[in-house]
Amino acid sequence: MTLARHVAAALGIAVIILLVSIRLSAYRDYQMAEVAAYLTAVAGLTVLIGLSGQISIGHGAFMAIGGYAAALLLVHLSWPLEAVFAASVVIAAVAGAIFGVAAARLRGPYLAGATLMLAVALPAVANQYPRAFGGDQGLSVAISAPAVLGASFPPTRWQAWVTCAAALITLVLLANLARSRVGRSWRAVRDDEVAASLAGLNVARLQILAFVVSAACAGLGGALLAVVTGIVAPGAYTLTLSIALLTAAVLGGLGTLPGALWGSLVLVLVPTYLTNVASSHGLSGAASSSIPIAAYGVVLIAVMLLFPSGIQGGLRRLFGSATAAPHIALRRRTPVSEHQEEGPR
Amino acid sequence: MKKSHRVNLVAVAGIAVVAMVAAACGSGGGSGSPSSKSTTNTASAPGITATQILIGSHQPLTGVAAPGYDEIAPASNAYFQYVNAHGGIYGRKIVYKYLNDQYDPTITSSTVHQLVLQDNVYAIFDGLGTPTHLAVVKYLNSSKVPDVFVASGCECWNDPGTYPDTFGWQIDYVREGKILGNYIKQHFAGKKIGYFYQDDEFGMDGVKGLNYEIPKSQVVASVSYNPAVTNVAPQVTALKAAGAQVVVSFSVPAFTALLRLNSLKLNFSPQLVVSDVGSDPITLAGLLEAFAKQGGATVSGNALTQGIITDGYLPSLGSTSNSWIQLFTKIHSQYIPKLPMDGNVLFGMAAGYTFVQAMLKAGRNPARQDLVNAINGGLPQGFSVAPYAYSATNHDGITGAYMGVIKNGVLAPTGPVQVTDTTPAGAITTYTATQPPAPASGVPSP
Repeated sequence: MTLARHVAAALGIAVIILLVSIRLSAYRDYQMAEVAAYLTAVAGLTVLIGLSGQISIGHGAFMAIGGYAAALLLVHLSWPLEAVFAASVVIAAVAGAIFGVAAARLRGPYLAGATLMLAVALPAVANQYPRAFGGDQGLSVAISAPAVLGASFPPTRWQAWVTCAAALITLVLLANLARSRVGRSWRAVRDDEVAASLAGLNVARLQILAFVVSAACAGLGGALLAVVTGIVAPGAYTLTLSIALLTAAVLGGLGTLPGALWGSLVLVLVPTYLTNVASSHGLSGAASSSIPIAAYGVVLIAVMLLFPSGIQGGLRRLFGSATAAPHIALRRRTPVSEHQEEGPR
Repeated sequence: MKKSHRVNLVAVAGIAVVAMVAAACGSGGGSGSPSSKSTTNTASAPGITATQILIGSHQPLTGVAAPGYDEIAPASNAYFQYVNAHGGIYGRKIVYKYLNDQYDPTITSSTVHQLVLQDNVYAIFDGLGTPTHLAVVKYLNSSKVPDVFVASGCECWNDPGTYPDTFGWQIDYVREGKILGNYIKQHFAGKKIGYFYQDDEFGMDGVKGLNYEIPKSQVVASVSYNPAVTNVAPQVTALKAAGAQVVVSFSVPAFTALLRLNSLKLNFSPQLVVSDVGSDPITLAGLLEAFAKQGGATVSGNALTQGIITDGYLPSLGSTSNSWIQLFTKIHSQYIPKLPMDGNVLFGMAAGYTFVQAMLKAGRNPARQDLVNAINGGLPQGFSVAPYAYSATNHDGITGAYMGVIKNGVLAPTGPVQVTDTTPAGAITTYTATQPPAPASGVPSP
């Protein structure tokens, strides 16, 4: 039942996206594709943190794994796109499983430290083996729209379609997983590990599974982003990316899938908007290049002060729970203050 | 419950879509018309109106690559403002929109898509960096957007078959390596040579050029560094252990400084030969002093750069009687007095001059292809000491450089301008023609 409902909603959204993408300019289509790519990764991260209670500051590394897997398969084997994405998911999931085994032994800041190491160390591998990974300049990835759509079909619209389709499928699967027995078990582990294991749950296995799922999402996100930007290079997967993903998850509202969407929208649209504002006011040199970054910081602080439970939490408070998606709110709902509820434990 | 769930999902999607549409501001698609010989200005191509030419760029304005390189685009812009104040290009004013990509290829892709699709720029000018620009070179060529004077010496830009709309500008690293290698072969015969280079296209192209000239038997050590790892003590130790008497460095300024400081610490004092990219004396002196301070020591930057051998493809900033340096000084003091008078600012202004040359040659009402055709037809020398290679089959820029040595914080030329090509056998010849002086107006003539 849940599945049918989610699929129906996703199909509805798909139709809207299809219509909107035709209306929007080529650049907005490009941004839509970027949002979808980040959304895929952020959704996985928000499930990991909000549902299973584990933190990761290293999801950019799983995006790198997915991105490089996609690039290598496209460049050397010219696989069809669906197969490339599927393979990226599997490869990133395997990496997530390996890392998850180590992660399940760690808690709080120690887990954060371990994932941080992953984010810092992994992109350097590409520099270490320039023959395979193209070194610092990376590998270029090019996809073109199928010939059926005609030669004048805007390539960015095709990118938007591909990425949005992948993101929607991911969201449907995650929403179902969250409502399933696994999702409930994750919540139990998050709330009290001892109680969960006394109830017969295998805590370590559940935590590893959460890592695998979120790594798979990040891998797919990385593959999508590679296809959108046209390149995989170490410079694209710095620590900044991992932090940006975490920011998007927290900003949107931890543990909620709509929150992941809000976070991704902010991630893509706000810096561009601020840069345009700064440059259209004729600010010169250092000022105009630093203002967008400073203003982005102010936006983050403002959102966290006004909506401590993220944008989704804020919307829920503003419009009441009737309109604001309780069933995709993955977090435990308690009558107590929402403020205390937020944050990984 | 069931009903409200679906409403919720659709509502969420609806709001998302509204956000996208609301953020969308109008982006009119300009349609190109063929250029004409008429004397009235028309909107002949995307980005070109009767009164202005809009061009774009991606630059590292913040982040690791920003120190020094963030001066380049403001310097180009200063030259454009100067041209705009002196009649513009057939009366049109150049508007230069450069966006910060933080030297991150993902952001480069995003900013260039914005410039091309939303802002409708006529061309991308002086996009900075090898990994960053590689992220967009295919896109620009498939969209037929002129991609002129990339700020990187990678040989990859010279590929007219694959990238007909892309042009390099600065001397490429292979040519530079050959000219440095030729000097070493002649002046340090029999000495033990060590290489220190960045482990990417920049360093490897440079080493390729060096190896074309320097006999293999003389090279006793070849070590590379990763720009993300600032500890180069192991590399410098290896160079010392191999007994290198001359160290050739294809490095960015920060790593030239680290090489110098680590050598000092190890009491290792080989003759340093550094590529142009990593040897700007003002940038280097600043870095040397800053790094030493971090390590709790005090050094004199100028004392440590003294005697470094390097090359230059633009006139030396020290030659105050050179008409190009005089033009540079004039525009600098008028438009960008707060920026340092260093090699990066000269670079930006010189590239801007070449762009103005190309635009004037492209005609009064150019389509995008007219700019490409104009450059394919060759451009006269501007700020550069050697001619450009531009032709329909060669998209390399400056073809030669002179050797020099850093004295008291200024590059002093020690030899004539030498030109060469990128092949192993290609001869290195002295360029005898004198550089044409800068036009009195400061603006090239059409």
